[in-house]
Amino acid sequence: MTTPDRQHTLPPITSLDDLDSLRESLITSEGLDPVYVTICGVPGCGVSGGQQIHEAFLREIKTQENEENIIVKRTGCQGLCEKGPIVTVRPQNIFYHSVTPDDVPEIVEETLIKKRCVERLLYEDPQTGQKHRHIDEIPFYQKQIKVVLRNCGVIDPNDIGDYIRIGGYGAAGMVLARWQPDEVIACVKDSGLRGRGGAGFPTGRKWESSRNAPGEEKYIICNGDEGDPGAFMDRSVMEGDPHSVLEGMIIAGYAVGAHKGIIYVRSEYPLAVRHLTTAIAQATDLGLLGPQIMGSSFGFEIEIVKGAGAFVCGESTALVMSIEGKRGFPKPLPRPNTSIVGLWGMPTVLNNVETFACVPAIVSKGADWFASMGTEKSKGTKVFALSGNVKNTGLVEVPMGTTLREIIFDIGGGIRGDRQFKAVQTGGPSGGCIPESLLDLPVDYESLAEVGSIMGSGGMLVMDERTCMVNMARYFLDFAQNESCGQCTLCKLGTRQMFQLLRDITRGEGRPDDIAVLLELAEAVKAGSICGLGQTVPNPVISTIRYFRDEYEEHIRDKRCRALVCRSLISYRIKEYRCKACMLCLKACPVDAIIGGKRQVHEIDQSKCIKCGSCMEACPTKFNAVECISGLTM
Amino acid sequence: MIEARLRKILAVFEGKRGALVPILQRVQEEFGYLPEETLKEIATFLRLPRSQVFSVATFYAHFYLTRRGDHLVKVCQGSACHVRGASDILETAQYRLGIKTGQTTRDYEYSLERVACVGSCAMAPVVMIDDEVYPKMTAFKMNELLSRDKEDSDKAGQRTSRPERGKGQK
Repeated sequence: MTTPDRQHTLPPITSLDDLDSLRESLITSEGLDPVYVTICGVPGCGVSGGQQIHEAFLREIKTQENEENIIVKRTGCQGLCEKGPIVTVRPQNIFYHSVTPDDVPEIVEETLIKKRCVERLLYEDPQTGQKHRHIDEIPFYQKQIKVVLRNCGVIDPNDIGDYIRIGGYGAAGMVLARWQPDEVIACVKDSGLRGRGGAGFPTGRKWESSRNAPGEEKYIICNGDEGDPGAFMDRSVMEGDPHSVLEGMIIAGYAVGAHKGIIYVRSEYPLAVRHLTTAIAQATDLGLLGPQIMGSSFGFEIEIVKGAGAFVCGESTALVMSIEGKRGFPKPLPRPNTSIVGLWGMPTVLNNVETFACVPAIVSKGADWFASMGTEKSKGTKVFALSGNVKNTGLVEVPMGTTLREIIFDIGGGIRGDRQFKAVQTGGPSGGCIPESLLDLPVDYESLAEVGSIMGSGGMLVMDERTCMVNMARYFLDFAQNESCGQCTLCKLGTRQMFQLLRDITRGEGRPDDIAVLLELAEAVKAGSICGLGQTVPNPVISTIRYFRDEYEEHIRDKRCRALVCRSLISYRIKEYRCKACMLCLKACPVDAIIGGKRQVHEIDQSKCIKCGSCMEACPTKFNAVECISGLTM
Repeated sequence: MIEARLRKILAVFEGKRGALVPILQRVQEEFGYLPEETLKEIATFLRLPRSQVFSVATFYAHFYLTRRGDHLVKVCQGSACHVRGASDILETAQYRLGIKTGQTTRDYEYSLERVACVGSCAMAPVVMIDDEVYPKMTAFKMNELLSRDKEDSDKAGQRTSRPERGKGQK
């Protein structure tokens, strides 16, 4: 059996009992001992082939006798993106990675029929070489606790029945039938949940101030404008588990007394928009959105607003301006809190996708359960998007207070190619670079701030010895100067000045006092900006100077980039004694900068070379004739 | 012609608050960019000063005031992609297409853009051509991809002329 379009067969839900009986009937309809095959890989995540694998499974299973028992579904992110597409067979929890459609007949024959593992598709521990059959044996998953990602990779996001089957909308149903709004707020407050968008404001307090604020109409806004480069947890939740977000918003609406919700989604995430649109339509059909939800007197509806590409719109007042159809300018100071004067001047709760996704779990499992995880001031779990030069890139959810070392080395598997770790960048353009000496830092809001970074939305970019820290700072300032809305002079021009200084340094045109000027400008930009963007974008510069000052000095004094990244400071050369005149690099060069021919040793015309490294990539490793060098010896 | 298509879009937004951004998005979907005359019409329709419509259209990165190419090549310059060599890929794409970032080839075959992040960071560096995501790219692969893409469309007889280097137009 596959998850069909059973939507139209589901009856409307008019009470909590209806929901319970629907859930039971959905469980029974799947028969005794169902086997679930889940396939990840949505278009857009970069893992290709999910669709073809799904189709191959459907074809193969049709020919089997016990097809009734086998339920195949496409899910959202299963976490270990690096090894995608991933196929998991439950309840045995067998984990196959890098699956292709050609592997499907074997999986069906061996695993689903004969109940054996297909050894070659199992995860192999890069350190020990040991193969792991079950998902919970894999180090990447072992240390994780999934709260926000509890359903991602488990359910079919386009089937509300699948969400209800595993208990979905139960929390909203219970709240609407039995709880007072104040009890909801108390529960969220007790859980210690803090905003997952970056600033970490206590969610319960935010809801309370909106509830107490006067206003004819109130709004709930879900911030899905995940603008931080290097963060993709919100995309995965919206795509892989959209109903959890809707349910969290319904609960918030009830607690605050709002009847209208808006999800503001980045336009770069078309699939998230599609899945949310489907989810809203399905929930409305069943009476889980709209007037009198589940027979209560509470009504709530949700609308999607697509962003138009402005990083600053992640700031609450700018986001509100954007929904109102204006330029995304943060409101001038002194400005009232959005929770009191927000959209159309009304009290507005603005929370991040991840925050809303936590809420149903907190309500059903209790505030104490959530508060039992994490550190004293940062409760619960946090999702991190692990990327960069780490072996296991993907989504990771761990209790607050887990150390950076555990996340990068135990879960992430260490540095790609077993190179040397250099730094980890958290919090995107507003965060900082943390060096190796601080790897044992427990990750929570306070400790990250102490070392000059921030939690941010949870991007975690791992950098190895081949990353240039000055170039990284230049990169973030380039981003900042492009995204500054231009209201505050110090942010608009200060970031540009900083960018230009950093650009000069990476070009080998830095002056000895540049570092001091950069630090001075950084403080000025922070002090002279009205919103979170300007106040935080100097962080990457401050932190890299603080921890990697020697690299700055090397660029300025020796015109050397030790990571071989800064183009003006490096050059590619062909070692003539190693060159076999095979023409491979010559053909690969996009700018025809390589001179030579058949049986004529190649040489790079430095005046034409754009230093893209294509020649080095094209040169067969056994020849290894292309080298990259930097420094005054050049 | 443009007017009739525009009126159809506007009718849907009659009486809605905060409609400017969604209208611009719909208009761009319809025409591929925001033709100047549509901006004037939208301002009249919403009873807003033209300056406000223009300011919104130029504030957000996703709105274009000039015609785009048939294929959109977006080279992700997110931090994860950057660490894994995204700038080399962008450079290669510029040389290959003979245009700078933000420009369109003369034959309107390609537009080249940098994007801040497409959220596929685990597969960095990535390139998007139209809706397709190409994971784990390198400068070498980018070069090959654009030549292959070019050959395919040449074979299909859509375009015969190759964009000449350095002759892009804004």
